[in-house]
Amino acid sequence: MTSLTTTQNRPSPDLVEEDLTGAEIVVRALRDEGVEHVFGYPGGAVLYIYDELAQQDAVKHILVRHEQAAVHAADAYSRVTGKVGVALVTSGPGATNAVTGIATAYMDSVPIVVITGQVPVALIGNDAFQEVDTVGITRPCTKHNFLVKDVRDLASTLKTAFYLAATGRPGPVLVDIPKDITSHKTHYHYPEKISLRSYKPTLKGHPGQVRKAMQLVTGAQRPMFYTGGGIILGNASGELRKLVRTLGAPITNTLMGLGAYPASDRQFLGMLGMHGTYEANMAVQHCDVLVALGARFDDRVTGNLTKFAPHARIVHVDVDPSSISKNVRVDVPVVGDLQQVLLEMNQILAENGQRNDPQAMQAWWTQIEEWRQRDCLHYNQDDRIIKPQLVVQKLFELTGGNAIVTSDVGQHQMWAAQFYGFDQPRRWINSGGLGTMGFGLPAAMGAQVAEPDATVVCVTGDGSIQMNIQELSTCLQYNLPVKVACLNNHYLGMVRQWQEFFYENRYAMSYVDALPDFVKLAEAYGHIGLRADTPADVEPVIREALRLKDRMVFMDFQVDPQENVYPMVPAGAALSEMILV
Amino acid sequence: MRHIISILLENEAGALSRVAGLFSARGYNIEAMTVAPTHDPSISRMTVATRGSEEIMEQVLKQLNKLVEVIRVHDLTEGPHIERELMLIKVHAVGQDREEVKRLSDVFRGRIIDVTDRSYTMELTGTGEKLDAFIHALDPGMVIEVVRSGASAISRGAKAI
Repeated sequence: MTSLTTTQNRPSPDLVEEDLTGAEIVVRALRDEGVEHVFGYPGGAVLYIYDELAQQDAVKHILVRHEQAAVHAADAYSRVTGKVGVALVTSGPGATNAVTGIATAYMDSVPIVVITGQVPVALIGNDAFQEVDTVGITRPCTKHNFLVKDVRDLASTLKTAFYLAATGRPGPVLVDIPKDITSHKTHYHYPEKISLRSYKPTLKGHPGQVRKAMQLVTGAQRPMFYTGGGIILGNASGELRKLVRTLGAPITNTLMGLGAYPASDRQFLGMLGMHGTYEANMAVQHCDVLVALGARFDDRVTGNLTKFAPHARIVHVDVDPSSISKNVRVDVPVVGDLQQVLLEMNQILAENGQRNDPQAMQAWWTQIEEWRQRDCLHYNQDDRIIKPQLVVQKLFELTGGNAIVTSDVGQHQMWAAQFYGFDQPRRWINSGGLGTMGFGLPAAMGAQVAEPDATVVCVTGDGSIQMNIQELSTCLQYNLPVKVACLNNHYLGMVRQWQEFFYENRYAMSYVDALPDFVKLAEAYGHIGLRADTPADVEPVIREALRLKDRMVFMDFQVDPQENVYPMVPAGAALSEMILV
Repeated sequence: MRHIISILLENEAGALSRVAGLFSARGYNIEAMTVAPTHDPSISRMTVATRGSEEIMEQVLKQLNKLVEVIRVHDLTEGPHIERELMLIKVHAVGQDREEVKRLSDVFRGRIIDVTDRSYTMELTGTGEKLDAFIHALDPGMVIEVVRSGASAISRGAKAI
């Protein structure tokens, strides 16, 4: 292998190269792609690839305990670094276990490449051992997928997979490789560039449309910015801040977009949507121009579509044309890369010096401050029982707001989003689109691998954490000092909340009986477990966990089982129809 | 409203099921779908007959365009176009019916392409409505089997889509 020239330059024809096996090609391609970490789980169909992985150390492999976790970890690794995450699993059950992770990444547009083993080509379609139609199963939840049937296609297919995953609207791409292909040999050439006639994402915004958008924005009496995960994925946070500050306009972020604009900034109104703040939702409902950037008008954001932003003319910028006018009719659509379009917008502002009418803006802000006075996130903490909000608030204070926070799905996710103020992008990692319980812990592992020195906290609940609890074992093997903060309310809290509000307090199967002792469980996995029973315990437990910098710590907070997430817009109601505390 | 959508896509394994899967996953209606390679064997052309509101059609076109293997998508119903469908139909034909079926086939510009002492098999092309009309013109008890290709369509004029 050492005799091989680097693949960045096509070798001259007279230079005779040794042919590589498919497995060698996979590992070489990962190296040439700059991949440093692969999350995976071995099995029969990928043994040749694992054999090669073990004989080098440029690409490090992290062995998870379940394939779903491998994909979540690769996903979070990507969300934190901005690079393409990579997962490697075997055929059959390896692939099907990975599907939840793939669908999670698909819904949140996260660029990952998933390599799956497949039975040998000759056995495909024969119901062979550990055979499943992986490309068939994953077709609706990948951006694209490939089955490689000829080793000569392998290198270029992998390159295409990385290219597709990372460009345009990003997403997961799967490459299914039959076992015999990994043993066949061919000449290795990793293409430097890929060009596909059928795939040409529009990156530069149409200048006329951008100008029109800026005219509408600066002419507004009550402008409102609403930005989503696209800003984070498109690394457009810097340009966004510049634009919003220049205009002095209010801004809200979606659940996926938190951190794009600093939570500590006065212009930031908090998250919008079903559990958004009163001021953010009211501002959306009353604005006259709504600027949607890298957001997709998801039902959890808009509430009742027919009553959404009734007074607003809407500007929508997105790299994916199919996101535009999908749910909400848009007045000025702009298709393009967020960073580029925002750059163009900032340039226009700098050139023409146009600003919103100061008097109108002052009146608008007075109105917003009035809404803000409502203090919609207020909660009453007594000295007996821990309010879950307090835990997140203390986590925020004691980490200085600098932690990477992952979450699972449910009430704790909403409290984390509401009470941990993110000032930077790529610090808040959660499953927004698919809402995958079990995401948090493996995501924290991926984040910790990406940033070994960062404080990584997984805010979770007693329900979600048990959906991938086996990963505590991975944390031990790789010394990943993840801090788990379990808001343990002995309920599937969000399910219970809906049952309380909409099913007349009939708590059908939402009580999690027979919970394990999480402290002992953490200890059994070789970690440290801490338990907080009263409000006075919260701060010391967090302090102790953070002090144990190099250890994985499981913090079990016994929180108020009856607490609900407020505000809440009931499904089907208008955004302004919030249930408040 | 009914729309005829032409799709040029890479002639690759799985491309057809990507398109079909998109329609079923997003709940779009498919009336008919035909696909075959074009004069460039690396490209297939698919014709989909579908129905939907203006908003849905906008999404159908955008979602089709988003598929990595799709090279071009065009709604032919936006302009003048020609639509044809092929039907092969096998009918009972004994006694005096033989003459009647033959006459009817001639009226519809069909061709009899297979004959037995008890049956005729005919070939007809035209719009879907014309083929429907032919079937309705026959006594329902006479029809043995029908196979239809689904609509193929092309725009009028000198330009390709």
